[in-house]
Amino acid sequence: MAKRRGTTHNRTTHNRTTHNRTGWLLVLPLVVVLIPFFVAPIVGVVVASFVQSDGFGGIVPAFTWENYANIFTSRLTLDLYWATFRFAVFAWFFSLLIGFWIAYFLVFHVRNPLLAMGLFLLCTVPFWTSNIIRMISWIPLLGKEGLINSALLGVGVIDQPLGVLLFSSLAVVIAYVHQLTIFMIVPIFNSMARIDKRTIEAARDAGASRFDIVRLIVFPMSKTGIALGSIFVVSIVMGDFFVVKVMSGGGSASVVGAFYEDVGVLQYPSAAASAVILTAVVSLMVVAILRTVDIRRELTK
Amino acid sequence: MADGNGSIELAGLVKSYDGVTRVVDGVNLKVPDGAYCCFLGPSGCGKTTILRMIAGHEDPTDGEILIGDEQVVGLDPVERRTAMMFQSYALFPHLSVRENIAFPLRVRGAGTAERHKAADAMIEKVRLTELADRLPGELSGGQQQRVALARAAITGPRVLLLDEPLSALDEQLRVQMRQELSRMQRDLGITFVHVTHTQLEAIAIADIVVVMEKGKIRQAGPARDVYDQPRDRYVAEFLGGQNVLRGKVARIDGGSALISADSMRDVVVPLGAHGGVAVGDTVDFAIRRDDVGLSRPQAVSPESRAKVPSRVRSIEYQGNFVKVMLDDVGGDELIAYVPDRIFYLDPVSVGDVVLAGWDRDKARMLAR
Repeated sequence: MAKRRGTTHNRTTHNRTTHNRTGWLLVLPLVVVLIPFFVAPIVGVVVASFVQSDGFGGIVPAFTWENYANIFTSRLTLDLYWATFRFAVFAWFFSLLIGFWIAYFLVFHVRNPLLAMGLFLLCTVPFWTSNIIRMISWIPLLGKEGLINSALLGVGVIDQPLGVLLFSSLAVVIAYVHQLTIFMIVPIFNSMARIDKRTIEAARDAGASRFDIVRLIVFPMSKTGIALGSIFVVSIVMGDFFVVKVMSGGGSASVVGAFYEDVGVLQYPSAAASAVILTAVVSLMVVAILRTVDIRRELTK
Repeated sequence: MADGNGSIELAGLVKSYDGVTRVVDGVNLKVPDGAYCCFLGPSGCGKTTILRMIAGHEDPTDGEILIGDEQVVGLDPVERRTAMMFQSYALFPHLSVRENIAFPLRVRGAGTAERHKAADAMIEKVRLTELADRLPGELSGGQQQRVALARAAITGPRVLLLDEPLSALDEQLRVQMRQELSRMQRDLGITFVHVTHTQLEAIAIADIVVVMEKGKIRQAGPARDVYDQPRDRYVAEFLGGQNVLRGKVARIDGGSALISADSMRDVVVPLGAHGGVAVGDTVDFAIRRDDVGLSRPQAVSPESRAKVPSRVRSIEYQGNFVKVMLDDVGGDELIAYVPDRIFYLDPVSVGDVVLAGWDRDKARMLAR
């Protein structure tokens, strides 16, 4: 008996080791990709943020807090974050507003699933061309002599072209919303598609109006999708400088835009410090979003 | 709790999705206020469609629906004062039991305190008090069903519509919940319309059983009438418990027909209301399985009994009775349910030649 128990015990440990080995084998491809392409660069940037610069593009390999001290004492930093944060909030709000209703329409109002899929694919059409072309194509629409201004002038609503349409903060938000709404639509569509249609019917049977149904049933049950979409939009806007640069015509700055200029003048250590701070800020924002919606619980349901 | 008249009248009700096939094909029915009515039929017979039309989730293509003598076609479920309990319950997964049950009050504009009070009273009624703060996903099937029932009943509807309410439960729970539904119906005193494909469920709880096939009502009436006096072969076979035999009319003798088929000679069947039957017609008649008795071929039996010679094909012991399957008569199966005490007085075995007999007046002619 004792002997048998011994063998069983051996077998369990043996099983556990093979089990462990299989586990490691399964995560190996991910590790192989993540370590050189994600962990190593981040470590590199963090290290670079603590070294000294000689002021002429060279690096002095000595430890310093100076890069961070400069950023935290500069009034500019706060302004940059404020500007970028504002864009993020506007882009998030409008892409959520538009994305939610498009997903709602596709899931609950298009009866034919084939048509719904077709319309869904239609939402991705703007992505068949590059980001730059998409932004440039706003110019003939929003410019001083663009479609909107000519139309308004023609109708006589205004007597001189609106300069605010292009190369302005408004233009930046428009470009972001145009670019990012799809990142809202996809996860929200996915959440909504998993809502049992009979619960909607049950709500209607209970006397809920269309608005009640959206407010009390569809919205709470789409929270996971909204949170995922928000993470996409917020982190993309926080990490972007190109759209701001092009669409504001150089009138607005952004966090990344500023340290991109540092890189341009070979100030790697201060650029690295800015990058580390931005990463931390964006991570905190993601954590804040995940705090409001328990994505993991929703996804495993 | 119930006020207002919950009688239902369907008149010439038709539903077609494509304009060609009629899912519901000219249904006429009256359900009195406070009755428990069961629609019974195989899947795809249109019973759920009728329920959804009464509930206001689908509009009829043609015909009228009257609830409490008022025309309701085109009205919202709330205006009809109906409530529906959905198949697999359709509870709101993100709301607690209490909030689920209070939901109809919430969308009617009731304040939090008011609706929670009403919901708690209802929760007590369906015996879920200790689970009031759980989410539906944390409940068992039977508990979910009670939540769905409470949610449907909380607004005091005059008609409660139940779509296959017991189909998601296991056998034991089904019997228990069947009683619970029955009890709730008596408590609330409102009309229940219940859709099912299980005949045992229907005859166990319903005051009125409506047997459907292909969008049409085949028979509607009290459970006992439908079971004991099926109108035609379809109803008899769907409800079970009957032997349906087919034969040719050899002779008409007063109020009875003498019917013959392969291995069945001159079986006397009272014509009943089917006066139009003529010699040479092919007809169906039914005899309840528990009215069929078995005797040895040499035994003498009174003239008033119809007899069919047959052979025992198989025997199943069912507890309180023994199911004896005999050789087919004219292509139809013949089964006798013999009370077990009687069976074991002189048990037959497989292969034995027997006489299956029944009192002549127990056989019923069926409509063609």
